[in-house]
Amino acid sequence: MNSPLAIEMDGVAKRFGDTVALDGVSLAVPRGAVFGLLGPNGAGKTTSVKVLTTLIRPDAGSAHIDGIDVVADPNAVRSRIGLTGQYAAVDERLTARENLVYVGRLFRLGTSESRARAASLLDRFDLVEAADRVVKGFSGGMRRRLDIAMSLIAQPSVLFLDEPTTGLDPRSRLAMWDVIADLAADGTTVLLTTQYLEEADRLAERIVVIDHGHVIAEGSPDELKSRTGGALLNVAIAKVENRDRALAVLEPLCSGRVDVGDDSRSFSAPIIAGDRVVPGVIRALDDAGIDVLDVVVRRPSLDDVFLALTGHAATVEEEVAS
Amino acid sequence: MIARLRLTIHDSWVEAERHLRIIPRNIELLIFATIQPIMFLALFAYVFGGSISIPGFADYNQFLMPGIFSQSLVFGSAFTSIGLAEDLSKGLVDRLRSLPMSRSAVIIGRTVSDLVRNLFTFAVMLTVALLLGFRFKGSILDGVIATALLVLFSYALSWVQAVIGLGVSSVEAANSAGFIWMFPLTFVSSAFVDPSTMPSWLEAVANANPFTVVTNAARALYNGLPVGNNAWWSLAWSIGLITVFSSLATRKFSKSTSR
Repeated sequence: MNSPLAIEMDGVAKRFGDTVALDGVSLAVPRGAVFGLLGPNGAGKTTSVKVLTTLIRPDAGSAHIDGIDVVADPNAVRSRIGLTGQYAAVDERLTARENLVYVGRLFRLGTSESRARAASLLDRFDLVEAADRVVKGFSGGMRRRLDIAMSLIAQPSVLFLDEPTTGLDPRSRLAMWDVIADLAADGTTVLLTTQYLEEADRLAERIVVIDHGHVIAEGSPDELKSRTGGALLNVAIAKVENRDRALAVLEPLCSGRVDVGDDSRSFSAPIIAGDRVVPGVIRALDDAGIDVLDVVVRRPSLDDVFLALTGHAATVEEEVAS
Repeated sequence: MIARLRLTIHDSWVEAERHLRIIPRNIELLIFATIQPIMFLALFAYVFGGSISIPGFADYNQFLMPGIFSQSLVFGSAFTSIGLAEDLSKGLVDRLRSLPMSRSAVIIGRTVSDLVRNLFTFAVMLTVALLLGFRFKGSILDGVIATALLVLFSYALSWVQAVIGLGVSSVEAANSAGFIWMFPLTFVSSAFVDPSTMPSWLEAVANANPFTVVTNAARALYNGLPVGNNAWWSLAWSIGLITVFSSLATRKFSKSTSR
């Protein structure tokens, strides 16, 4: 039981009929880490979480939580985990406090212990005022906070958060990020799935990118970003008629293909970071008599990484799937 | 074994409490669920009462009312399929299945809370029936046994409804799938008329219908008439249905995930 790994998947495969959901996924999460599982809709994120939380059995491979096999001893696994799924798993006919006490009792904490923990969780998740109101009237953000609080009532060693900010407004999303960062600071191991690259970048120490049931990349956010080979140059020029000449000037200076925006005045291309490309770009465009509006160099976001790894943008896939 | 049973009872009670707790908060639902059988009682008694006569019964109401009790209790079982489909549609089922709790408790809790609600409806309906002139012609014990047989059969059908609720893809589908078969089940039976007045093939169906068996047993006991083997047969039907459908429902629940 003293496995150094909180979560371990080894060659896990799962298919539903003809659809291959997981095709040999392996991952290892040390204790106390926030681990991001990143991928577009249908990549296999939720299926991975369902295998790890004993909701479905894998067809092949093995999965362990704290060294305990999820197939061989599901009940021992269940008493160590908390799960917050994509849909707020609350009973909206009950009050926030009743929901918490209810789940506490199902963890067999006893009624008085459940009440005590419910009170402290309501406080911690800023739900004291709403504690005795029926959940039906709660906002999406409040529901999600209650949902996570319910997952924490038995003080799990591993917490699964399956797309915890999907469908939340920006303010609630920021509040949720604070909650997750606090959990990590307390030493809870968190596995977070998300399609928002920014979210994984912000919260996770390590990220696994999956697509079509495969792990396609793994590393810290910085390691993943460095894979696209440095930085990205964005240039905007003043006049549309200079498009072709600007393209001719930029191409030799950049390390890859130059993309032209739909407005025919903006260009973006990868450059080798630290090559002093920017002064050269400005000088060359100036020499050619092209008026420059803007030159920006940015490090690649995880969105760029994702695009480079999968050949498609995360957001496009999302729209197709929904 | 005993420890496991105790945990199942504990978890089932926590689940039943979850549903019972909200009944007073949704008093409209309870009122309408109660009005419907009372309306049936009054409609049948006053609309058909004068034109239907049943051999062996001086008063059609003495024949009819046990049939309506029986029908209303059976209709009440549809709450189980709707309730379970609701839990499934809300993602609550994933949480429950990820907890170290008894697998069958979610369904036991649901059926037990529906049973309590049905008992309440039944008590109101019985009161109204007595006001409309219905009388126990047998002993008090006969009346209690008759009621127990009806309630047990309704509980058994709750398990059938559980399998339906876990099998359909939405709450709306559960609403239709839970109700639709109730009509042939309760009308092609001895609840409202004597099956011997039906075409002979339909009469055969009506006589084989377990609902007829249960209704006949309860009617005989309420009226102090010889019950024959019907009481035993209805007990057997109920126990048989519970046995088969509880194992089906529990197995189905273990495989269900949110929709």
